[in-house]
Amino acid sequence: MARTVTPRRKLYFTLAAWTVALLIFFPVFWTILTSFKTEVSAVASPPQLFTADWTLENYAEVWSRSDYPRFFWNSVVISVGSTLLGLLIAIPAAWSMAFVPGNRTKDLLMWMLSTKMMPAAAVLIPMYLIFQKTGLFDTRIGLVLALMLMNLPVIVWMLYTYFKEIPGEILEAARMDGASLRNEIIYVLTPMAIPGIASTMLLNIILAWNEAFWTITLTTVDAAPLSAFIASFSAPQGLFYAKLSAASTMAIAPILILGWFSQKQLVRGLTFGAVK
Amino acid sequence: MATQSSRIAARLMVAPSVILLFVWMIVPLALTLWYSFRIYRLLSPERSGWAGFQHYAWFLNSPDFWLAISNTLLLVGGVLAITVILGILVALLIDQPVWGQGPLRILVISPFFVMPPVAASIWENLFMHPQNGMFASFAQGLGFQPILFLESYPMSSVIFIVSWEWLPFAALIFLTALQSLSSEQMEAAEMDGAGAMSRFRYIVMPHMTRSITVVILIQTIFLLGIFGEIYTTTQGGPGSASTTLPYMIFKQAVIAKDIGRAAAGGIIAVILANIVAFFLMRSMGKNLDA
Amino acid sequence: MGKITLHDVRKNFGATEVIPGIDLTIENGEFVVFVGPSGCGKSTLLRLIAGLEDTSGGVISIDGVDATALPPAKRGLAMVFQSYALYPHMTVRKNIMFPLKMAGMEIGEATRRADAAARVLNLTNYMERKPGQLSGGQRQRVAIGRAIVREPAAFLFDEPLSNLDAALRVNMRQEITELHQSLKTTMIYVTHDQVEAMTMADKIVVLNAGRIEQVGSPLELYNQPKNTFVAGFIGSPKMNLITGPEAEKLGAATIGVRPEHLDVVSEGGWSGIVGLSEHLGSDTFLKVTTDIVGTLNVRAGGEVRLRHGDRVNLIPQAGKVHRFGADGKAMA
Repeated sequence: MARTVTPRRKLYFTLAAWTVALLIFFPVFWTILTSFKTEVSAVASPPQLFTADWTLENYAEVWSRSDYPRFFWNSVVISVGSTLLGLLIAIPAAWSMAFVPGNRTKDLLMWMLSTKMMPAAAVLIPMYLIFQKTGLFDTRIGLVLALMLMNLPVIVWMLYTYFKEIPGEILEAARMDGASLRNEIIYVLTPMAIPGIASTMLLNIILAWNEAFWTITLTTVDAAPLSAFIASFSAPQGLFYAKLSAASTMAIAPILILGWFSQKQLVRGLTFGAVK
Repeated sequence: MATQSSRIAARLMVAPSVILLFVWMIVPLALTLWYSFRIYRLLSPERSGWAGFQHYAWFLNSPDFWLAISNTLLLVGGVLAITVILGILVALLIDQPVWGQGPLRILVISPFFVMPPVAASIWENLFMHPQNGMFASFAQGLGFQPILFLESYPMSSVIFIVSWEWLPFAALIFLTALQSLSSEQMEAAEMDGAGAMSRFRYIVMPHMTRSITVVILIQTIFLLGIFGEIYTTTQGGPGSASTTLPYMIFKQAVIAKDIGRAAAGGIIAVILANIVAFFLMRSMGKNLDA
Repeated sequence: MGKITLHDVRKNFGATEVIPGIDLTIENGEFVVFVGPSGCGKSTLLRLIAGLEDTSGGVISIDGVDATALPPAKRGLAMVFQSYALYPHMTVRKNIMFPLKMAGMEIGEATRRADAAARVLNLTNYMERKPGQLSGGQRQRVAIGRAIVREPAAFLFDEPLSNLDAALRVNMRQEITELHQSLKTTMIYVTHDQVEAMTMADKIVVLNAGRIEQVGSPLELYNQPKNTFVAGFIGSPKMNLITGPEAEKLGAATIGVRPEHLDVVSEGGWSGIVGLSEHLGSDTFLKVTTDIVGTLNVRAGGEVRLRHGDRVNLIPQAGKVHRFGADGKAMA
């Protein structure tokens, strides 16, 4: 905006905005801080912002007590795998909806979203039994499938909103230039939609990474990702704040860092076409 | 742009998504429906047979059931109200000319990256814990009794935690919407003599309608199934004070190990979700078209 | 080769009949312009020929082969779109080579052809740029380049100049005309601008409400409009169409006189008062409110000193009055 703002006004707004933002961020900050404290200073009253006895011991302890690399790797495989598989299925669907819309396209989209409204707890038992029977229980491929299907409506919706911004004439030009439908999608649509596909990918990796219901109920050991890792650290271990904080930090750090770096693309994707 | 052949191609390409989602929805649903009419207890497997509507009757006659329904709606409504109102305020604040808008956005978005069990456990232990939590320390420092958040105000505490998780989502969508508002439009309104309040009322709010719709839609989808936060913090208690429908079903299935009863609860939850979805789509659908 | 024949081609969108049935032959090497007001079906007709829309009935044949059911890729036609429709993620070179790549052409030959096209179109220095870095005229040339490398049976242009500013439009108009003269390939060009139609076409097809009003060379259309619609549409400023007693005197329901065929005289004829006068130097355009035949557009000589409010007398030149019957059709 080309209006003039007095420095004083700007200072007030800056102070207010930073105060609010720091309040929102504080719990994350406090967790990370606590993870470097000793158990004694972690529960000190009044709470200490800085202590003299910084330590990495909590991380060492958590690392030695559990198989963090396996949990981590499972998280990566499951979230990235389900997202890529989802994209593969969703791109053609979104192409259809965006470029060959019919009278029922909106209804179809809404129906897809409504499948997400079914409470997971309601279908827990059948899902558990199906996974047991088909041998998918506690396997990565099983979770990849489950999370892909869970997030597919979101992926289709996001891609649909991006594709709709691409002028249909360009795809027609490709058709005139002799491109088959497959080539049209591979050489023209997909490269043009890369920013949209990237933010769709990011959001879905985050959603899959943070999913905690199916990942906990459909795994025991082999395929358990970080959400199961953190669940195992809560209650039964007793209240060791510093170690709990270290484990929490280890569970959220990868996605937090990924999110910070890709914040711009992600926020664009988050709008679900809400902003033109 | 549609020829017969491209319409056929479109059908074929949308088919995998539709079929997969249909199977993913219908198979568990059908099984759940089946179990809901069966007697099926893991603890007494020798008893089996048809249960008729007794599981449904049990739910409808249970005092906890209506509490669970109202808790579920309270959770969804409460979080929606808090995140939408605070989200707009936060977005308006960050949209002002301030120093460091980039870092501000990073700080605000961070809770969104925290997985629900971690978020719940941070709040439960580091902040709301009656002995060692930060809030308790402050209360004691000021000479008050620590508040027993999860015991005395379980629903409010859960709503608070979930709102913290979802506030970034709402705030950042609103911020993006605000930033897409053309400054010429605002300046024209200023020239026409509109004050800050009327500019907000007649220009900013109508511009935000679509993004508010999307926030409500997406959040409702995720909030109806909220489970992890309750499981980690209050376990539905004290008593049943913070039991929501999904949690009540979970208790029947995993703690009471009564699959038939849990299945009946599942069907009821699906019906509730559909009622909510119906009203949501009807009232919001048109906002999405434009 | 590029002879395109339409036989009873029809198109409905749902219950709406956009094109009720068109017969047309476009000869090999012709430059044909479809012209008409917006919504007359000219773009739809082009898209039917391109294969981007299905016909609801009739036969489209290209070089004697029935192409009605062929997908666009198989028709051997190239199209230049109104928005240029360049691929924003590819360089100019890749844009131009895209159709060759799709045809599976060997890379050396494809490069040679792209370079040749670039030379013709003055794009040689821009080959490694992305479309976003080009001006409107350059983008237009890339779109044309992408069309010519394939050596198609015919070129289809869908209002290609409407996004350019006035000066550039005149330039590009000439470039396309020159291109046609050197390639001698069939071109079908859609526009709503009758000036483009008049200046570029070998053959103009005037469309109105999905029907062909008249087909002919620019001068045929100018000199012998078949009906009042064509008479009013072709020519700038518009032909004056007069009804009433003055028309009946000549035994017609409507008579038409072009602004350039009205002479300003000192007495006799139709008397009126000058409303608006535009002095362009080369021409003077007058709007004269006459006493008995309404307002007339007049194109007078270069330096006619007439002002708002002056009284003038107008006489149509001998043999330049068009007569139309009650059905709007021209009378012999």
